[in-house]
Amino acid sequence: MLKIEDLHVSYGAVRAIKGISLEVDDGELVSLIGANGAGKTTTLHTISGLVPASSGSITLDGKDLRKTPPEKIIGLGLAHVPEGRHVFARMSVEENLAMGAYIVRDKAKIKRQLDMVYAHFPRLAERSRQLAGTLSGGEQQMLAMGRALMTEPKMLLLDEPSMGLSPILVKEIFSIIRELHDAGITILLVEQNAKMALAISDRAYVLETGLISMSGPAQELLHDDKVRRAYLGA
Amino acid sequence: MGVFLQTLFVGLRLGSVYALIALGYTMVYGIIRLINFAHGDFIMVGGYTLIFTVPLMTAAGLPAWLAVVIAIAVCALVGVGVELVAYRPVRRKGTGMTALITAVAMSLFLENLAQAIPAIGPNPIIASQLFAPGGFRVAGVTLDFVTIYTIAVSAAVMLLLYVFTQKTRMGRAMRCVSEDKSAAVLMGISVNRTVLTTFAVGSGLSAVAALMYVAQYPKVYTTMGSLLGLKAFVAAVAGGIGLIPGAMLGGLVIGLVESFTTSYISSSLTDAVVFLILIAVLLIKPAGILGKNVGEKV
Ligand SMILES: Nc1ncnc2c1ncn2[C@@H]1O[C@H](COP(=O)(O)OP(=O)(O)OP(=O)(O)O)[C@@H](O)[C@H]1O
Ligand SMILES: [Mg+2]
Repeated sequence: MLKIEDLHVSYGAVRAIKGISLEVDDGELVSLIGANGAGKTTTLHTISGLVPASSGSITLDGKDLRKTPPEKIIGLGLAHVPEGRHVFARMSVEENLAMGAYIVRDKAKIKRQLDMVYAHFPRLAERSRQLAGTLSGGEQQMLAMGRALMTEPKMLLLDEPSMGLSPILVKEIFSIIRELHDAGITILLVEQNAKMALAISDRAYVLETGLISMSGPAQELLHDDKVRRAYLGA
Repeated sequence: MGVFLQTLFVGLRLGSVYALIALGYTMVYGIIRLINFAHGDFIMVGGYTLIFTVPLMTAAGLPAWLAVVIAIAVCALVGVGVELVAYRPVRRKGTGMTALITAVAMSLFLENLAQAIPAIGPNPIIASQLFAPGGFRVAGVTLDFVTIYTIAVSAAVMLLLYVFTQKTRMGRAMRCVSEDKSAAVLMGISVNRTVLTTFAVGSGLSAVAALMYVAQYPKVYTTMGSLLGLKAFVAAVAGGIGLIPGAMLGGLVIGLVESFTTSYISSSLTDAVVFLILIAVLLIKPAGILGKNVGEKV
């Protein structure tokens, strides 16, 4: 579904991504793990067109994302839950969800998706009129994820969904990610919490200062000595 | 009592005009964090358009004030043009400072361009054609129709703007872009198109302000927008720049301060008092009356 080949990304003179290739197949849950500053967020931003690539190719179902205007990418079925949530703080929960469905013209579909999101995240339903800026971190994460689901995307990019959450909420978020995966949504997951990410993923890539140092089935990486030492604190 | 009422009416009328102009500053600031110094000059563009189109309207047997429709279109086009030709390219390459300097340059450019048009002196005939003269007697003072129309039109425009930003797809997109551009893009919102719409709407409002202003002070000249724009900018900052209700409130406050200073203190001190008020407000509430001092502004 998503295919990245020899991608390079720079911020001015800083080379953040130095030639990576990765692939996510239909229905797969793939995680991208790595230390702070490895370039995970940059990779997702480049896929979504928020940051321009300097070279390489990114395709979604064969369509060249580098030639697609960033605001058109959601229309191709690819939704992105950014690092740090980025909910619209001055809008209510329900308005945020409505913005998630900005490109959807069919009112009945919006209503259906809204019900679906509220079913996944009952806490959002209780707070539908609350301003998003006043939600707790966990609730904001749920809102960001719910908002991304409003278009019924084929594929989700999740950037550190568990960041800053309590252990209980982390578990809850991961179980929701698994549910979405089970529902057939293709997911590329970026996580600091490598252990939990690998536990639910099909495959994974390890990113080290802009290069992919390892990749393979998640279970294998989970038991790999190098990965355990570097990312699992074992 | 008579003086007080009269002063209040004048203050509300002036304030309504400032509020309309302040909205343009604040909307553009809210969406691209730029103080559009050329905005005041859009009023001048609107004023000239009115002076030239009112005779066409009356010749066609239409109400003179309908000329504002053309003025709105012209101002919106000028606003969109300035964004496309000057601000957008500069924003892509430069810093906030280069953008600010570009805005000052656009202001001077518009003023100089207008000098190519022969100056149009006081034109009471056109002004009296705009709205019926006369008014009501209220508690011994005259509340003229122009004042009533000015306040009513501003109130209606603000209400429409509120509904537009809260309820329409484009209005919501504007709020999203002003809050978080990259998140807005991820929702599928075209930032460029939204910014253009903001310029069109904000500049269009300056044409409405021009109509109300010219109906009262029928003199159109190339620098008429400078002080008017500056005071409306003060209003936007005092109310909380980037906040639409702040612009409305700030406009009314500045109008009332100006009118009461003129009546009760001295007309030569008016502008000084307006700026003193601004400084006082900003000392007490740096983010403006409605602004939040912590966190981000819209
Ligand atoms: N806007 C920017 N301008 C300049 N350099 C940047 C910018 N954004 C990121 N970088 C640099 O690019 C590199 C990769 O950053 P990125 O945010 O992609 O890392 P990350 O893997 O997501 O890290 P984290 O786990 O901390 O979120 C870092 O060295 C960072 O400093
Ligand atoms: Mg990151």
